[in-house]
Amino acid sequence: MNTRQQSKRTYSWYGKPLSSDRKLRTSQYKGILITSESTKTETCIQLGDFVLVEGMNADQPYVAQLMDLYEDGAQHKHAVVQWFCRLEEIPQNKRKLLKREISAQEVFFDQILGYDTDIAAETIIKSIMVLPLHLGEELPIITLNKEQTFYVKQSWDGKCFKALSPDTFSKLKEANKKRGVITNSSKAFIPSDILTPVKKETESVLRSATKPKNVDMEIESKHSASKSSLAKERHSQRVANNDIKTPTARKKLELNSPGRSKGRLLGCEVLGLLDDDCDAIAPLVPSATKRKVKFTSDILGSPPKIPHSNDKSKSTSETAEHHLRFSDTIRLTPYTKVKDFSEKDKNLCEKGDILSSVGYQEPSSQSPVLTPRSRRTCAQKTSALIAEQISMLDQEDILSGSDSSYSLSSEEEEDDDEVPRTPEKKTKSSRIFSTPKSSRKSAVHTPAKTLKKTPSQGTPRTPRNATPEIPRRIQAAQEPASVLEEARLRLHVSAIPESLPCREEEFQDIYNFVESKLIDGTGGCMYISGVPGTGKTATVHEVIRCLQQAAENDELPPFQFVEINGMKLTDPHQAYVQILEFLTGQKVTATHAAVLLAKLFSTPGPKRKTTVLIVDELDLLWTRKQNVMYNLFDWPTQKHSKLIILAIANTMDLPERIMMNRVASRLGLTRMSFQPYTYKQLQQIISSRLKGVKAFEEDAVQLVSRKVAALSGDARRCLDICRRATEICELARQKRTPEIVRMAHVTEAIDEMFSSPYVNAIRNASLHEQIFLKAILAEFRRAGVEEATVQQIYQHHVALCRMEGLQSPTVSEVMAICSRLGACRLLLVEASNKYLHMRVRLNLGQDDVMYALREE
Amino acid sequence: QHSHLLELLKRTTVHGESNSALIIGPRGSGKTTLLNHVLKDLREMNQVRENLLENPFLSGLLQTNDKVALKEITRQLQLENVVGDKVFGSFAENLAFLLEALRRGNRTSSCPILFVLDEFDLFVHHKNQTLLYNLFDISQSAQTPVTVIGLTCRQDILELLEKRVKSRFSHRQIYLMNSFDFKQYIKIFKKQLSLPAEFPDESFAQKWNNNVQHLSEDKAVQDVLQNLFHHTKDLRSLHFLLMLAVSAVTVHHPLLTAADLQEASRQRSSDSKANIVHGLSVLEICLIIAMKHLNEVYDGEPFNFQMVYNEFQKFIQRKAHSMYNFEKPVVMKAFEHLLQLELVQPLERPSARAQREFLLLRLLLDSRQIMDALQVYPNCPTDVKQWAASSLSWL
Repeated sequence: MNTRQQSKRTYSWYGKPLSSDRKLRTSQYKGILITSESTKTETCIQLGDFVLVEGMNADQPYVAQLMDLYEDGAQHKHAVVQWFCRLEEIPQNKRKLLKREISAQEVFFDQILGYDTDIAAETIIKSIMVLPLHLGEELPIITLNKEQTFYVKQSWDGKCFKALSPDTFSKLKEANKKRGVITNSSKAFIPSDILTPVKKETESVLRSATKPKNVDMEIESKHSASKSSLAKERHSQRVANNDIKTPTARKKLELNSPGRSKGRLLGCEVLGLLDDDCDAIAPLVPSATKRKVKFTSDILGSPPKIPHSNDKSKSTSETAEHHLRFSDTIRLTPYTKVKDFSEKDKNLCEKGDILSSVGYQEPSSQSPVLTPRSRRTCAQKTSALIAEQISMLDQEDILSGSDSSYSLSSEEEEDDDEVPRTPEKKTKSSRIFSTPKSSRKSAVHTPAKTLKKTPSQGTPRTPRNATPEIPRRIQAAQEPASVLEEARLRLHVSAIPESLPCREEEFQDIYNFVESKLIDGTGGCMYISGVPGTGKTATVHEVIRCLQQAAENDELPPFQFVEINGMKLTDPHQAYVQILEFLTGQKVTATHAAVLLAKLFSTPGPKRKTTVLIVDELDLLWTRKQNVMYNLFDWPTQKHSKLIILAIANTMDLPERIMMNRVASRLGLTRMSFQPYTYKQLQQIISSRLKGVKAFEEDAVQLVSRKVAALSGDARRCLDICRRATEICELARQKRTPEIVRMAHVTEAIDEMFSSPYVNAIRNASLHEQIFLKAILAEFRRAGVEEATVQQIYQHHVALCRMEGLQSPTVSEVMAICSRLGACRLLLVEASNKYLHMRVRLNLGQDDVMYALREE
Repeated sequence: QHSHLLELLKRTTVHGESNSALIIGPRGSGKTTLLNHVLKDLREMNQVRENLLENPFLSGLLQTNDKVALKEITRQLQLENVVGDKVFGSFAENLAFLLEALRRGNRTSSCPILFVLDEFDLFVHHKNQTLLYNLFDISQSAQTPVTVIGLTCRQDILELLEKRVKSRFSHRQIYLMNSFDFKQYIKIFKKQLSLPAEFPDESFAQKWNNNVQHLSEDKAVQDVLQNLFHHTKDLRSLHFLLMLAVSAVTVHHPLLTAADLQEASRQRSSDSKANIVHGLSVLEICLIIAMKHLNEVYDGEPFNFQMVYNEFQKFIQRKAHSMYNFEKPVVMKAFEHLLQLELVQPLERPSARAQREFLLLRLLLDSRQIMDALQVYPNCPTDVKQWAASSLSWL
């Protein structure tokens, strides 16, 4: 996909202009020719076709239907499209509205009005297929052409999912049919472009599709013919297999006689990989007996106990086995009502055989080989059985299972020649999957997990996506019991207050800034500075929260929100990787990510949402060439980027100090600085957090806030002190019973936090250590320099010892003392290999040392 | 302190509160012991044990950078099973992975984690203090309850933290000091030496304990202990001293005596460099004395071999009666031996250019050390002794 994108394409109109509008100087066309230079392929795309449109994520182009093509006065080619929306484009929180698993191939009919439907024709990549399906229908299993076929079941209007209206449904179908008729005019350089449409059609009647719980479905289906390539090597055979199986997999509950069959365009353009001629038709004559089947799909929690409906598996090859299993499960559900199966079972088996043999009449060379195999497959009943149990248990299981079969089928093809797997013994306890070996890879290792999380792609979950989790605690966390505990909980920094007091002004400013940019659809930067603990990040997050709420209420256009933190990056360049991962979910290297992001933000993209990017701890993104910062602030200035950056850092003059001019100028002049909190504000913060809890004396709160405000104005520190005070209070309460935190407690907490440890450390040092410090002081006084070697100090030390009448220590002992004091950082010492010539300096003021020593 | 820490950890486990604390105290003040003790107590409480307190233990000496530390955390949290057989990716991936893991939890549901960072000061030197920032950030936000406990002996640890890391740290510091006085020290001494009640040979234990009691009252022993106490309050040095003494105990010499302790004390306090001097030859001693004189004359300025040799020559010519006049290469050889013993140290790396005779050197011995060493030096010629003692070397 990537390489295809990178290759150059030229676009030219197909045919004459249909009509032209003089006034607007536009002329409309019915098709467009895309010539790829690298592959020399020419593809024609006509109105009504489904196309892939270049999106911001190279691997996930947008899906759209071409509605109109025209050229405007300036010779620009334009296209009007009807968007389809991938699952990835739907916000995470809305996805659960679906209440079902979505495969990667499914798209939604997009009814959001906000998106620009007028795109440049050059962004069209190629044509694809989009098949409308009814809500209850299974996705057809198509192993080939996976990338080019999509299914649409529901529409999405930004708020909720709806079933396709019959109108749109038929329109889409129409488009598909048309598509099938069109002879592909591509100069078949790669034969894969040639269509071998298998014409089938289902007439599905949805009896009560709206009722999700009990969908009774009767679907007639007819196989008329399956055109499959005649080059009957393994490939084509596989293709045929697929074609046959597809309808069954689609919950075709009835297989009808060929006479009534209608052509249905099967969405797979069969990529016959090697064969170049595809005119052979393998008419499918499925079992003639009409089976009317009522299908009661218990979507939600049907009882786990299900009567086994034995069934035939007449899969002729391993490929089909999967598809079949799922089809079988559905086909046979009606028999849940029936008590006795054995006969029908046989019946089915026979039918299955018939089906297979008939189905493969044309590739007759294969059929003898296949038939015996099909017999063997009877043994696979059991495996199918198990699958059925699963399916009945939970509808979602089917889906996830079918997901897995997607990814598997290709693999399965390769072990085509393997003997059917030995089915494992069926387990009745249907919660425990003892899946047959064939589905060993199915993503359902632990059923409970996959039920919740659909793999966004059809591929099995890789460990990369594995979400680590801290083990749950066994006991529930204890709820706070007393007033003090409650207070402490509220005072914890992590406790999120309902509002941010004292930052209303800043909040309003940032909100207005982002809001205006959002409405304008432009980009911009804002630089926010302030010392730690002044609520920068909290305020910005609050703004984003409000904006998101507003966006949800449709007051604002929707936007994406990305946050990176310089501290949480190991390397400034990792910022690219993280942003890209947030935006598109891709994981690439830093350099590649930079390229992709640059492309993403510099090219105009249809239905691009505004992105709000918060860069926390901006100063850590500094590199020598500053290219990270340069890029970050360059993108918003691009015309199409729609990127709003809120950069947060500590220093007010960061742009001037460390940034180069070109970076600083791009950052712009929108600055905001968070002043440290004043004591009144701190007081307000504490009291707002403590609202309703009477745990603190007024004066105590004031004392704390005054102390902190005088020092740093760090709200975190303030809260920590208060928390510590409650602890002290609680400890004291065990003796007496003061119910609230008083001044004394607060003072104690403050002392604990701000007291200098040095004096205490010196007082608790041993005698010789103190003498050594005295010796240092003496030496400093003598030399007048605040640095001395151990040798000099040693002489003083010995002299002092003599004065005190102590035994004088040896040099080794003095060295030990010196290094011990050095470890405590009371002294700053050099590396100790200099021994006596090691230089020593005090790490605290001489007065402090004197004060500490004098007390003795 | 014990109760404070216990209370803190209990709250983390029971209430799911996040905290951070530093235990600061000089070496040998029992920081790790305190922590282990608290953890043991904590595990004995049912309520806590059920909550499965995990504690990754990191040491700044082992986890020398954040990358290694992260890997170690992952290993100790037993998250590798999630990672599976995936080859552990880049540092960045790793960090993201761990943060993701920790972010996933919330206060009430996930089990609390206790991070113990030994030699906390070494973590401070990691690039950008990324690990610390993230740990503290988690402890300050509503994620998995986490308690970060750092152990360090540096009193100025807070000044080493970067401002935003510092802001996230809760400033809970527990200072440990060896604040006991000499009486308590004696008690500790007794407790350390006494045999426990479970000792199999009861009569011997009785005798031994009585002996220890006597020892603690003995004046000589008290002197020894007092001396050690004055030097350092570190209990480890006491252990070391007792170890030396106790290892003298044999079958024939079953009880510890004061002499043993004195001997051990002497061993402990002996000067390593002076010991080396004892093993030198007379020629080498002479060279050292020459250096000492040079130091006195030039007041600690560096010297080179030629100067030392000249000084030595003067001594030989004037005074030496017992000394043989060595040739220069022999003296050179002796000199190099001293160099290897690191009794003298060159000022700069010896380069190929400079002649070895003129390499500037420094003596690593104090004159007092030399004199002390000479006093005990066996069979020292008297004229050498005199030369060493005389303040005027040329006389």
